[in-house]
Amino acid sequence: MESMPMEVQHHHTAPTSFIRKYVFSVDHKVIGKQYYFLAIFSVFVGMVLSWLVRIHLVWPNIHIWGLGVLSPTGAPGGVMSPDYYLSLLTVHGTLMVFFVLTTAPQAGFGNYALPIQIGAEDMAFPVLNMLSFWVTFLALCALVATLFVKDGPPISGWTAYPPLSAVGSDAGPGLGMGQNLWAVSIALFCVGSLLGALNFIVTTVDLRCKGMTLMRMPLTCWAWLITAILSLLSFAVLFAACVLLFLDRNAGTSFFLPAGLLVNGKLQNHSGGSPLLWQHLFWFFGHPEVYIAIVPGFGVISHVLSVFSRKPVLGYKVIVGCLLSIGFLSFTVWGHHMFLSGMSPYSGFLFSIPTLIITIPATIVSLLWLGTVYGGRLRFTTSMMFGLGFISVFVTGGLGGMFLAQPSLDIFLHGTYFVVGHFHMVMGVAAIFGMFAGTYFWFPKMFGRMLNEKLGKVHFWITFVGVYCIFMPMHFIGLEGMPRRYSSFVNDAMQPLMPVHTFMTIAALTTGAAQFIFFFNLFWSMYKGAKAPDNPWESTTLEWTVPSPPPFDNFGGKHPVVSYDAYEYGVTRNGKDYIMQTDPPGQPASS
Amino acid sequence: MSHSSGPLSATAVHDGRDLPVWGGGALPYAVPSKKLGMWLFIVSDAITFSAVIFAYGYLRLAAPAWPRPFETASIVNATVMTFVLLSSSVAMVLAVRASSLGKVSGAVGWLVATALGGVIFDILHIREWLGLIAEGVRPFSNPWGTPMFGAAFFTMTGLHMIHVTIGVVYLLIIAVGFGRRKLSAVDVEVSGLYWHFVDLVWMFIFPLVYLLSAKMA
Ligand code: HEM
Ligand SMILES: [Cu+2]
Repeated sequence: MESMPMEVQHHHTAPTSFIRKYVFSVDHKVIGKQYYFLAIFSVFVGMVLSWLVRIHLVWPNIHIWGLGVLSPTGAPGGVMSPDYYLSLLTVHGTLMVFFVLTTAPQAGFGNYALPIQIGAEDMAFPVLNMLSFWVTFLALCALVATLFVKDGPPISGWTAYPPLSAVGSDAGPGLGMGQNLWAVSIALFCVGSLLGALNFIVTTVDLRCKGMTLMRMPLTCWAWLITAILSLLSFAVLFAACVLLFLDRNAGTSFFLPAGLLVNGKLQNHSGGSPLLWQHLFWFFGHPEVYIAIVPGFGVISHVLSVFSRKPVLGYKVIVGCLLSIGFLSFTVWGHHMFLSGMSPYSGFLFSIPTLIITIPATIVSLLWLGTVYGGRLRFTTSMMFGLGFISVFVTGGLGGMFLAQPSLDIFLHGTYFVVGHFHMVMGVAAIFGMFAGTYFWFPKMFGRMLNEKLGKVHFWITFVGVYCIFMPMHFIGLEGMPRRYSSFVNDAMQPLMPVHTFMTIAALTTGAAQFIFFFNLFWSMYKGAKAPDNPWESTTLEWTVPSPPPFDNFGGKHPVVSYDAYEYGVTRNGKDYIMQTDPPGQPASS
Repeated sequence: MSHSSGPLSATAVHDGRDLPVWGGGALPYAVPSKKLGMWLFIVSDAITFSAVIFAYGYLRLAAPAWPRPFETASIVNATVMTFVLLSSSVAMVLAVRASSLGKVSGAVGWLVATALGGVIFDILHIREWLGLIAEGVRPFSNPWGTPMFGAAFFTMTGLHMIHVTIGVVYLLIIAVGFGRRKLSAVDVEVSGLYWHFVDLVWMFIFPLVYLLSAKMA
């Protein structure tokens, strides 16, 4: 092989046309923001849908303005039907899990900050990067389109269990066109995520600047790398599952459909398949997916806690090791979502053990965060508040997981609100706190202006108290036996618990309303916020050595050289309490 | 409050000079980005295939009986296809070698030969499909037994055929690009990785789909 120079230098020049600059851009910073705004759009729609389902739960006969126009059959006269409740719940879950928790933390912040943090000019494959985004965008369009097709979105939930999802429109609303669009949307999403994951891994391996050894990378970069590996290995399986589902629905195959299915009085012309096959394929992806959603948050939280405690991260290497072992173990536990599927008790036991083992690295990481904060000179910025809040909600939600991990307990808890409480706390809220921490932290770099800290604090406190009011009671009504995925509870044994539902709905509406403080802060500060200095948080990593916002090639043609670890805080040097990673080596610091 | 030194400040300040300073770029792994990217693509694609093969195994083991319809003629045809694909991989090796030695026309020639192997494979395969379809095999039914036989057959071989077809187009693009000296030897090598992978997948599909369903005498 001819000795060719490695492809480290990307010499692209800044584009000038609007389209190339902001729409079909290959600049990782623009693509990162595109993913971020895609997530903001999705989280907004997903939140509105969650209000609608919460309102329906407690006031099933209420007229909701506009809903009758969106779906004359699903909500005649604006009154939601039980089926339509499930349709909206499907879109809510799919939007939140895929288009919010899987985009912004990884592809959003990762795209924006990873290349700068490792001292690269761009991602390894900028064009592929652009493609990832636009494929993901198409996926979002397909999902949103389900709201506008004839009988609306599918009623099969974000997990799309067959037979319901595979038999077609006979089985209920949304299972025709809606479910097809869902399958196409998720398959496209898989492609976008796979391309993105590949790009992240190559970038981290190949494009680190001089001196940036793996062990000097900020923990954010480790988290993005590990998440990318999880994506690469798990989305490939979901992709296959979606293809098979699509064939079952449209080519007459029966991968997921057994013989003798009677659907609404009609015998289905399928035989030979197994609905459990979908569950295996889906959860083989699905469990790693929950870590895909949360591990970038781990990275951001480790990062901001260190910055705002003015102390090095406690146990950097241990955290890296824990993230790696969490990543590995996450592929061994998928069966804990299937305890009730009739699996042999021995298999249940087999899946229960690694599920419990996974809590060990998770606990170690949480303790190390507390150790990082302990004894530090804390700066209570909004980012820091969300960082601390993250630990709280993650641990609370994780404790619920330890109950669910026991097959004997899960037989009772599986179909109840306990599970809903668990995963909203540990995945939904925690990952979103990670995104908030990241937003308040990187906004100055991304937009060149500061977010308003006062509004930020108000936003934090309402959100923090609010999410506990929404999701803690779910654990308790779950223990009482309140089943999940029911549209309303009228005239049945669940009546005495309805006041709890009313409380949670009011809490959800209030907390949701408080998010407008955030949206306002975001868009107002983008144009009117105070100008951001290069390094507002006195942070050590490479993105804070460049202007806010950075130039097109990040380092203005220069090649940074790194001499220090990522978390040199709490030292004394030249009157500062930190050492930039790029500071010249040599002068020993006095601490 | 003073900074807690001692055991808590695990990342002590280093004197950068006596640490091994890595020069950046692809040095420690010596893998060009494109090659690493292709390897990662292959990993994820292999997992997609594995999932489909897993589905096939899952359903085949659960079925009370699975058809074994392939007569000697089918097995011979599939063996010839295997042979064609293996030969094309040899041609690919030669293309990579020629390109790394800078022999442009040699490399282009071998690339085209490789692609030709892919085309012959596709033709033989489609002929086989048409034969089976004529016999009444469909994704939802077949003359011999569980309908999943046809579903698994068409899905697995179809997925592979798509890969071969994309590979043919890919190789021809590389051949043209390398012929015009727009692409480098690394690009040829990377396309070779893809081709060998597609070949390797067939080495699983051939025994699993054909040999395990050969008609017993
Ligand atoms: C502390 C360790 C954890 C344990 C032991 C644990 C255990 C479990 C178990 C056993 C279930 C199945 C419950 C059922 O369906 O009956 C479950 C559901 C779930 N968990 Fe966890 N979990 C843990 C952490 C996490 C984390 C970190 C996330 C996300 C970041 C997460 C997200 C989910 C989701 C999304 C579901 C439910 C999916 C659904 O059915 O719709 N869990 N968990
Ligand atoms: Cu799980």
